[in-house]
Amino acid sequence: MHAHSIAELAAGLRERRFSSRELTAHYLGRIERLDPSLNSYITVSAEAALAAADAADARIAAGDAGPLTGIPIAHKDIFLTQGLKTSCGSRMLDNFTAPFNGTVVERLAGAGAVVLGKLNMDEFAMGSSNETSYYGPVRNPWDTERVPGGSSGGSAAAVAAGLCAAATGTDTGGSIRQPAAFCGVTGVKPTYGRCSRWGMVAFASSLDQAGVLARSAADAALLLGAMAGFDERDSTCASEPVPDYGALLADDIEGLRIGLPTEYFGEGLDAGVEASVRAALAALEQLGASILDISLPNAPLSVPVYYVVAPAECSSNLARYDGVRYGHRCEAPKDLEDLYKRSRTEGFGTEVKRRIMIGTYALSAGYYDAYYLKAQQLRHLIAGDFRRAFEQVDLIMGPTTPTTAFPLGAKTDDPVAMYLNDIYTIAANLAGLPGLSVPVAPVDGLPAGLQMIGNYFAEGRLLNVAHRLQQATDWHRAMPPELD
Amino acid sequence: MALDRTDVAKIAHLARLHVADADLEAYAAELSNILELVEQMSAVDTTGVEPMAHPLHMAQRLRSDAVTETDQRAAFQAVAPATDDGLYLVPKVIE
Repeated sequence: MHAHSIAELAAGLRERRFSSRELTAHYLGRIERLDPSLNSYITVSAEAALAAADAADARIAAGDAGPLTGIPIAHKDIFLTQGLKTSCGSRMLDNFTAPFNGTVVERLAGAGAVVLGKLNMDEFAMGSSNETSYYGPVRNPWDTERVPGGSSGGSAAAVAAGLCAAATGTDTGGSIRQPAAFCGVTGVKPTYGRCSRWGMVAFASSLDQAGVLARSAADAALLLGAMAGFDERDSTCASEPVPDYGALLADDIEGLRIGLPTEYFGEGLDAGVEASVRAALAALEQLGASILDISLPNAPLSVPVYYVVAPAECSSNLARYDGVRYGHRCEAPKDLEDLYKRSRTEGFGTEVKRRIMIGTYALSAGYYDAYYLKAQQLRHLIAGDFRRAFEQVDLIMGPTTPTTAFPLGAKTDDPVAMYLNDIYTIAANLAGLPGLSVPVAPVDGLPAGLQMIGNYFAEGRLLNVAHRLQQATDWHRAMPPELD
Repeated sequence: MALDRTDVAKIAHLARLHVADADLEAYAAELSNILELVEQMSAVDTTGVEPMAHPLHMAQRLRSDAVTETDQRAAFQAVAPATDDGLYLVPKVIE
């Protein structure tokens, strides 16, 4: 059942070939059997899932079902879920159960989706390999000695291994697209502001955006349609109307103009990944798209700019963890400073501390202009490169990542090498543009991804082009071999 | 810019983190490597470029001045490490 699309599962439910309870039990059984070797879930909510499945079955029987009613999904453990632990992959929040649901969680529940549990992630979404999680690394289902990518590594691994039909994720610098590429699934990072950030633990507020990891663009379209849209509780949430993404999927792509940034095909790109990406581009040409070379001259500065903006915002956001109102508190603090320092030092892991310190330094007196202001000026130039490119082309494409998934531990001792994983994905976050990663032909048995970047609010076009590619090819249908 | 042990200790204090003496060198080296990466920014002249604080140019919305939140103090304090009679407890601040 787990190899089916969400539309097929929904048809099965509607035609009573199986119930949501049976479907949910099927996924719970797979999690119990297979997840000990992957570690993709932090919390499994079996009882609540079965109760939600029964409610979904009642809705289906009453003829009140939508396309997601009774479909088992899981949330990245960054989304607040009432009554179910939200750890954000950190010891700091190991004891935290939110008193309310995030907007994305609430909307998917309203659509009738069944929540199987909460998925593992890099601590506070800071990482590209899932190795910074307090709950241990997630393993890549294609090769359990390799990383699944991050920070939404649990989401990508669980979808790839058939441990949920689809999953939510968040993307601050590539955290949906990079793990989607490493695990062979479809990942969508929408335009900044497309989905509400209310009830989503904050990392870097001008970059964070919620999105979807799914087995296909068509599945992703169903979830995104339910999640997206205006929310008055998030002052940066866009009021732009949400199109019917499903209705756009089949649109013709004849005449589509695709731009390939020369900066994304240079030194450092693995030859095998490049060949697979070019094969996917050839398939799009077959469907009527035309391809031209473009330039994003400031894109190579995305990584340095990001490692000022993101840590600066993270150091401000994570100042809230003070051992007073929620989260970890040290034993027997002797005074207020001791309470703050020991609670934070015990609660945060190494990478989070590193980024808080970089951000604190960049924002400290005397350094603001050299770092934060400079980064914001470059951010303007990077966004300008995209604006000019979109006068020439409809979508920008290239590899999602320079290589396939690397072995566990390969980059844990070298933060800068780890950061360079996101070299192709970060620019879209800095500009606030939507991006998507779809699986291409595997390279030496490991998945790789084609990244598509669209203009603001062009999620419908991205999903449409990805869907047409997936109808013409079958790379996205591959399942990890030993798990099935 | 390379950071030394003293810089790291000062930054850690500003961030209300404790770094053990034995770890100061390692942090100094790692943070300096990250700053070296960040230094690439200086290659581009940004004189006169408007800083971009936010991806979308949107005006802040206003809402009507009406009470929309109900009192949820008990629910929010249920997750607090230490409370008493509706108050958050911290170590004694004033003698």
